Amino acid sequence: MLTWVGVAFFGAIGAVTRYRVDSAVSARLPSDFPIGTLIVNLTGSLALGVLVGAAVPDRVAFLLGTGFMGGYTTFSTWMVESVRLGEIGEVALLLRNLWLSLLAGFGVAAAGFYVGQAIT
Amino acid sequence: MSTGTLRARGSSGETDRRLSRASARALSRLSAEQARITVIVAGGAIGTLARAGLAQGVPHRAGHWPWATFIANLAGAFILGWLLTRLAERTSPSRHWRAFAGTGFCGALTTFSAFQVETFQFAHDGDAVLAVAYPLVSILAGMALAVLGVLISRWGRHW
Repeated sequence: MLTWVGVAFFGAIGAVTRYRVDSAVSARLPSDFPIGTLIVNLTGSLALGVLVGAAVPDRVAFLLGTGFMGGYTTFSTWMVESVRLGEIGEVALLLRNLWLSLLAGFGVAAAGFYVGQAIT
Repeated sequence: MSTGTLRARGSSGETDRRLSRASARALSRLSAEQARITVIVAGGAIGTLARAGLAQGVPHRAGHWPWATFIANLAGAFILGWLLTRLAERTSPSRHWRAFAGTGFCGALTTFSAFQVETFQFAHDGDAVLAVAYPLVSILAGMALAVLGVLISRWGRHW
């Protein structure tokens, strides 16, 4: 029971952190390209990679990985922002948003994993 | 549809209306930013519980398709496509819906970090088929469902 309260708590904090980071990045770098979501998703993938690489205990993985990082990063916004770029005719930006997030996300998740392995 | 056109029928509708009036009053005492944070916390907690429940109910086994993340991500892409179009193109029932259901619930229901780490683990374990198929199918289906949500929102007149 307490674990579920904890995961909801960390997920909620993650969601608010995403809102804050996205707002701050978008305010500093105004652009049609959804850079705020990209920064959120890359930093979250790096951090989750470290947690998994470090093979943290199950409960920590559940609270910080499933809870915080899951609440922090978002797949739905990535998809809907890409659709929106297509709707306004920015097909090049749409494709860049897809491949950049995909490849860079994979790269930072891998880097995080090896860093996590190295520090434990 | 504005809240004014909603006619509560029966006692549960009346209770709902009283609850939503009470929560609207509580939120109106906060600044706009405090109210937004409050509803993001609420939506984020619910979205995380739904995803965590799926993850526990359909545990991911190494070398298998990550169904929990996949389902949560596709459901969230569909709901968010529907929701943002609904709120942008027709009257919003409340100014807090976007932050609550969009930024909070859908944002927390879906996850990019688990999606990427799962993909990396397939590659790390030498499972080339899943390492390519999982991200590809997730993106294609996610885009398709987000578009479907947008279209359904435009077609529908009563939802």
